[in-house]
Amino acid sequence: MDDMYRDYILDHYKNPRNSGDLEGATNTYADSNPLCGDEITMALLIDGDRVKDVRFKGRGCAISQASASILTEEIKGKTLDEVRAIDRQHVLENLGIPISPARIKCALLGLKTLKGAAWGLSTWPGDDENGRPDGAAAGARDAGSE
Amino acid sequence: MAVTVHRVTGSPLDVMRIRADFPVLSRKVHGKPLAYLDNAATSQKPRQVIDAMRAVFEDHNANIHRGVYEFSEKTTAEFEGAREKVARFINAASAREVIFVRNATEGVNLVAYTWGREHITAGDRIVSTVLEHHSNFVPWQQLAKDVGAEIVMIDVDDEGRLRRDQYSAALKRGRVKLVAITSTSNGLGTVLPIKELVAEAKAAGASVLVDAAQAVPHKRVDVRDIGADFLVFSGHKMLAPPGSGAVWAPAALLETMRPFLYGGDMISRVTVEKTEWNELPWKFEAGTSSYVDAIGLGAAVDYLETAGMDRIHEHELFLTGYLLPRLQAIPGITVYGPKTLEDRVGVVSFNIEGIHPHDVATIFDSEGVCVRAGHHCNQLLMAKLNVAATTRASFYLYNTTDECDQLISAIGTAKKVFGI
Repeated sequence: MDDMYRDYILDHYKNPRNSGDLEGATNTYADSNPLCGDEITMALLIDGDRVKDVRFKGRGCAISQASASILTEEIKGKTLDEVRAIDRQHVLENLGIPISPARIKCALLGLKTLKGAAWGLSTWPGDDENGRPDGAAAGARDAGSE
Repeated sequence: MAVTVHRVTGSPLDVMRIRADFPVLSRKVHGKPLAYLDNAATSQKPRQVIDAMRAVFEDHNANIHRGVYEFSEKTTAEFEGAREKVARFINAASAREVIFVRNATEGVNLVAYTWGREHITAGDRIVSTVLEHHSNFVPWQQLAKDVGAEIVMIDVDDEGRLRRDQYSAALKRGRVKLVAITSTSNGLGTVLPIKELVAEAKAAGASVLVDAAQAVPHKRVDVRDIGADFLVFSGHKMLAPPGSGAVWAPAALLETMRPFLYGGDMISRVTVEKTEWNELPWKFEAGTSSYVDAIGLGAAVDYLETAGMDRIHEHELFLTGYLLPRLQAIPGITVYGPKTLEDRVGVVSFNIEGIHPHDVATIFDSEGVCVRAGHHCNQLLMAKLNVAATTRASFYLYNTTDECDQLISAIGTAKKVFGI
């Protein structure tokens, strides 16, 4: 637990970076995990082939919100191709904490919304928490039954 | 809000002796003693159930209802014996009225696909409530869409108690073919006045299906006293293995219904032109049943009968009465559902301000405390409570006040981690 809720994660949760509305956003994508109610809206201002600015809004668990916050810090100024190439492994390494299978969806919701925005999607083609439009879902499925 | 607590005297159960029957309860989790408080999701299993199932596999396993040899006859006798035990447990008039299914969900679907599709037509109404588990709502929602029927939802008040005024009004509007209603809320622990609700529905000419998945494990349930048309429950929440469960309905009603699934065992005579169905209850049990699971359910019923259903209920209220005031004394805690011990079971749903339930459950896990965090297959209720999720602790006969203290202490840890 101490591993999972490091100061770094809690700091991003309590003081999310690049949080709020983005005026003049060119690309916006919103998604949620119905299981737990995590919600994130990712807004990008794309200028040419670069991400000029980013803001996100959301609510949910510490892991989902911190993960999104960390991502936004990293992508400003990057090219669209670079943003599109970010994979789940990178996000999990960025978090730097062990994520249990039941929490993978929380950790990757930020990436999913970022990919949605970067690809200019309006709806998600399939059901893949990797953020890959054509990938097969792996890892945690809804642990929502009883 | 002040908590009114009634009848907190002490537990009538010898809990330490009971705990010794459950191998998993002596385990440690992350170096901490296990406090298993997720019984509304599923229960742990006593050695008596595990042994009964192992005995079949190790001693006389054979397919039921088929073999003309000792193993098959013995397994069949145990399987049908389990049915007799379940029938007695819920006071059914006959074991013929007990159909084994995998779980309550399958039970609801059995009724929806057979009786439902034969009797519910365009313009009819189906009354349901926001307390329903998705398993007793989605099958009716889909049936309503298919046939053009209307779903009428009944709300709850601020404490999670059914709005009787809305219920009566819905029945008065007429054309209600079915009331699909839980007798105990899995999200809040509210116990509904099911006998009265059934009587009112029957008087209005409606049939009633009772989801008793959270009731049968925790309270004495008497199907003849309740008087519904259908009652379903799962075995895994009552010490039995997953894959066991039952639908109860009066034999006269079951006789009028078409089968649910077709195949072996549910037939008496097959020709190319037609098939005659087997007798009750086997008409509804196509293919090889989960007979070892059913035998496990029989052993679970034995165990519960020995402990005593009234004592189990009393014990769970004792624990709820212990936990509720301690929980509410903590700043930043919101408790959902009934604030008293009247008409409830041992389910306590709450949130800690500033910490998402999933984070709560993860931190609890590190302290050995297993709780459910999420919507509890209860999204309609979560919407009513205006929350995305809650943290839920739910008791059973083996839980202790020490485990409640462990939960309270884990809340302190969570608040510390989050600097609250």
